Amino acid sequence: MTDLLDTLPYARFLGLQTRCEGDVLTVTMPFADHLIGNPLLPALHGGSTAAMLELTAIAQVALVWPRLRLPRPITVTTAYLRSGRPQDVHARARISRAGRRVAHVLAEAWQDDPAQPIASLTAHFSLDHNPDLSP
Amino acid sequence: MSDPFLTDILPQLASGAAHTHALGFTYEGVAGDRVRLRTPWRPDLVGDPGTEVFAGGLVTAMLDHVGGLAVWVALRGFRPIATLDLRVDYMRAARPRVDLLAEARCYRLTRTIGFVRAWAFEDDPADPVAAAQSTYVVDSDGGRGIGANRKPGAAA
Repeated sequence: MTDLLDTLPYARFLGLQTRCEGDVLTVTMPFADHLIGNPLLPALHGGSTAAMLELTAIAQVALVWPRLRLPRPITVTTAYLRSGRPQDVHARARISRAGRRVAHVLAEAWQDDPAQPIASLTAHFSLDHNPDLSP
Repeated sequence: MSDPFLTDILPQLASGAAHTHALGFTYEGVAGDRVRLRTPWRPDLVGDPGTEVFAGGLVTAMLDHVGGLAVWVALRGFRPIATLDLRVDYMRAARPRVDLLAEARCYRLTRTIGFVRAWAFEDDPADPVAAAQSTYVVDSDGGRGIGANRKPGAAA
């Protein structure tokens, strides 16, 4: 289960690596040039950080609440707290609530110091199997 | 009368950075305050391998980026900007193996913040895959300048 992200093409595109301790995942996005959005600073693209947080949340929900289908995002909000420097990013997600159909997840991404996150995500995911109901 | 910023510089800002280039973003043009991007479908940008549908993260990256382009359209020139906050609602699955378009408009620009709405869709903006509401900080580098993120202690 910990290698779920190895099976998802977009997670592979971002180069995501997963570590599992108990039932908590830590996902790492090793720095790579193709993640850069601002070549002048340089800074990671907000889209790479947001996608990494979203995939971390999906992997954490799928680990704790395995289903036939992967959780599908319904609404995802990302706050950008600090500029993403050209180095590795780490992320962890916490499930606030998982019901029969919907789960709410909080996730944070950091570089050197977990107490100084570069981005924070809050999201609802659909756990529904019905393809007409879930996005 | 054509504005050289819109005709020459904005297309570079659409796909010129390493990430946007790697994702294959292509500039589709500006109409009034609306700007459009396209991502040609590719198998390595899929989320769930069983579906052949673009990953949510790709949709998010497009909406983030097209929103930034809309702020530059409103500014009528390049200034450093950074996303402050981005909310994406996913209304339905994208169609498998189909290009995705994203369109944004900056409906309010203050001295420091651009307020943006954006949509992602295959062909009809009225039938969106996802919609976004986002804010961008203008002059986000705070005068730190080129290479600022390479300096030690840049995190603070």
